[in-house]
Amino acid sequence: MEKERLKIVIVGHVDHGKSTVIGRLLADTGSLPEGKLEAVKANCARNAKPFEYAFLLDALKDEQAQGITIDSARCFFESAKRHYIVIDAPGHIEFLKNMVTGAANAETAMIVIDAKEGVQENTRRHGYLLSMLGIRKVVVLVNKMDLVDFDQATFERTAKEYNEFLAQLNLTPVSFIPISAFEGDNIASKSPNLPWYKGLTVMEQLDALPKSTEEANLALPFRFPLQDIYKFTEGKDDRRTFAGTVETGSISIGEEVIFLPSEKRSRIRSIETFNTAKQTTAQAGQAIGFTLETQLYLQPGELMVKAEDELPNIGQRFRSNIFWMGKAPLIKGKSYLLKIGTKRVTVKLVKILNILDASELSSIENKEQVDRHDVGECIFETNKPIAFDLSAEIEFTGRFVIVDDYEIAGGGIILEAIASQESLLAGQVKEREEAWETGLVTANDRGIRFQHQSKFILITGEHGVNKREIAKNLEKQLFNKNYNAYYLSLSNLNLGLDRSIPRHVVEERAEQIRKVGELARIMTDAGQIFITTLAEADDYDLERLKLLNEPHEILVVNVGENRFSKYPVDLCLGLEESPEQAFEKIIDLLNSHSILEYYI
Amino acid sequence: MDHLDKLEAQSVYILREAYREFKNIVMLWSIGKDSTVLLWLARKAFFGHVPIPLLHIDTHYKVPEMIQYRDRFAREWKLNMIYGENTEALRQKQTFPDGNVDRLTCCRNLKTEALKHTLSGEWPRYRMNHDTGEYDLDSNTEAYTGVIVGVRADEEGSRSKERYFSPRDQDNDWEVGDQPPELWNQYKTNFAPGTHLRIHPLLDWTELNIWEYIKRENIPVCSLYFDQGCGSRNRSLGCAPCTTPVESTSTTVDEIIDELKTGKFANIAERSGRAQDKEDGGGLETLRREGYM
Repeated sequence: MEKERLKIVIVGHVDHGKSTVIGRLLADTGSLPEGKLEAVKANCARNAKPFEYAFLLDALKDEQAQGITIDSARCFFESAKRHYIVIDAPGHIEFLKNMVTGAANAETAMIVIDAKEGVQENTRRHGYLLSMLGIRKVVVLVNKMDLVDFDQATFERTAKEYNEFLAQLNLTPVSFIPISAFEGDNIASKSPNLPWYKGLTVMEQLDALPKSTEEANLALPFRFPLQDIYKFTEGKDDRRTFAGTVETGSISIGEEVIFLPSEKRSRIRSIETFNTAKQTTAQAGQAIGFTLETQLYLQPGELMVKAEDELPNIGQRFRSNIFWMGKAPLIKGKSYLLKIGTKRVTVKLVKILNILDASELSSIENKEQVDRHDVGECIFETNKPIAFDLSAEIEFTGRFVIVDDYEIAGGGIILEAIASQESLLAGQVKEREEAWETGLVTANDRGIRFQHQSKFILITGEHGVNKREIAKNLEKQLFNKNYNAYYLSLSNLNLGLDRSIPRHVVEERAEQIRKVGELARIMTDAGQIFITTLAEADDYDLERLKLLNEPHEILVVNVGENRFSKYPVDLCLGLEESPEQAFEKIIDLLNSHSILEYYI
Repeated sequence: MDHLDKLEAQSVYILREAYREFKNIVMLWSIGKDSTVLLWLARKAFFGHVPIPLLHIDTHYKVPEMIQYRDRFAREWKLNMIYGENTEALRQKQTFPDGNVDRLTCCRNLKTEALKHTLSGEWPRYRMNHDTGEYDLDSNTEAYTGVIVGVRADEEGSRSKERYFSPRDQDNDWEVGDQPPELWNQYKTNFAPGTHLRIHPLLDWTELNIWEYIKRENIPVCSLYFDQGCGSRNRSLGCAPCTTPVESTSTTVDEIIDELKTGKFANIAERSGRAQDKEDGGGLETLRREGYM
């Protein structure tokens, strides 16, 4: 039978002896190339410097550059029971990004503490990060016991201090082991120098760690972040396949599913794979595809769940623990991109609850921004509702990264959903309206002069449908009938109103929506029938536009299939309808709202 | 799920992420076992289809079996198959086999330069026409800004520091010390205009994993990997003049796996038969910095 594999990340403050621990593990398990150890020792003797296991790692790295298979960041060794992959995470704070990258996919961590120096700033910070990264199996090695005369009291003092620190993070280490990596005490064999220690050696402890949580993930509710939807027609393939990776739980053909946040429902018709036996069940870990019994129009990023399972949270606000790696600080008011599962959504920092001082694990209050290498607790708000779990319940769907200026700048885990508060946008609109300075002409005055009310008419639909023609014809016809109608193509803004704003792909969409809404607010205030088009809008885009245009009214005309599940569209036009027919229907709509004839 | 299932799921996720996020992507197919596994994984990811074009750089010093193999599966699997080459260097005989340049310069001319200019669209691309089964000059000259490459972290030093999604700037510079973080299946998928990207779905695979997967999936690989009766085979495929076969009588995938696990190759680097790696010390690192894949 194939041996198990276990990925371990090794962390700790600079110079607390990580390399020595790794070197020892490699040497004591016979995992080094033949003659390597002797060669490095001989080299040290020649240069009259004391041998250190860390030199061994350096020597292996040199070889690697010449094409031999030992990895600098990853080392391999094996016990009778398992293959171990050790990820050597840089201790220096400047390499936080690399430490996070290395640690994020490890199952287990070893934290090395120097018995003489005790718990240091990065010992704490790394502990905090490990807890946030979801690594629950942590072994603490109190190293360099030879430098404190193998003193039990020193070991216990260090263990107690760090244990108390980790307890605040809800992290309970598997064990504390006193070692001297340099001397080999308690690494692969019990040390005669530490007779008071009755626990396991490092190797025994590693072998005793329970293997990963695959079964536990299977028992959780079903969660499937929709990565993409494929329709490849080559070879008369008519499947519409919903592709992604099952994060937790399992699902079988015939079961009912809900996509969130859109709340669309269907049932699993088939499970799609390539070059495997037909599957009737899909389970946690599988990168797979589904076809559904009914045709649904969905965007990638929705979370597919099982109707009978406990549902995730749907909302825009949440409280979270985060770490920040960005070159620029995390600030309020700025739009960032949030990536959670396969969803990408615009997000803003609402409130900093506290920033942790890693050297003390005390809070720094009243901080206005989150700086590079800070860890802390914050409230965020997305511009549209998202589906998420609390990290304590399902970690996979309860964690996220934040992108700033194209870079992943932060990561976090969700602690709590914050429900039913006024959204940031509603707050902003309220503030705007309270401060809005009007002239001496009222809306009623304008209505009487123009013989109609103002209105924001938005024509939406997929790319490629004739929204623009309909909009232009509408403007012309209304104008001919003496209405004040104005059509604006949003592309006109790029080289005009938007010119001063650097184009930023991440925020472009959210910013575009905001601008259209604000423009509509001005144009409707001026008494106009303001007409524009917007492709591929979703329910939340329409909600935002409606809100931004307040106190005036918006009418939404959809061309083609109505894919909105929440927003009540005012008028649906078929693809076959001409701009003339469209105009007749829009006029009827306006009349039915007694907008046009009211003043006549 | 066993270890191969996990590796497969991870690679499939990365391929889907690349396909979702980037418009102008291409997958390099060297005809070797790694990029053939990568191609197979694309068929897994897209349920039998390969919606990403495949690019092969033809140095014209490849063993003929490699080209026959390439074209056979390009036809069978209806691949969007493209090849490019350094026509000028070949015409002026600026190659190592012609005796005019050293090995590294030859690699640079026939592979690195050819790849760079084929990707950018400056040099001609030839695309398989599935109606005739032959290659036509491709009318599409748009630059490919994303390249999916089958490198593995265990191959050699510089490759172990790679990320799954690795940005390079316009000069192809690779900032080894300042790479994007990757965590929780979240990769760098947002880019400033002009960024070029390499995507490495096979980073976590080992040579042994590759062969075990070839066996499990019954993936057809080039015949040069097997002993044809003369007591030698290729462990790694390259150009004929610079690739020495290894002594081995393995004729099946099973025998290769045994050889890697317990036999004589258990402790010998895979690319040891590739001469350009040794030229000038750290040759591959130099080539990679210049854009060799």
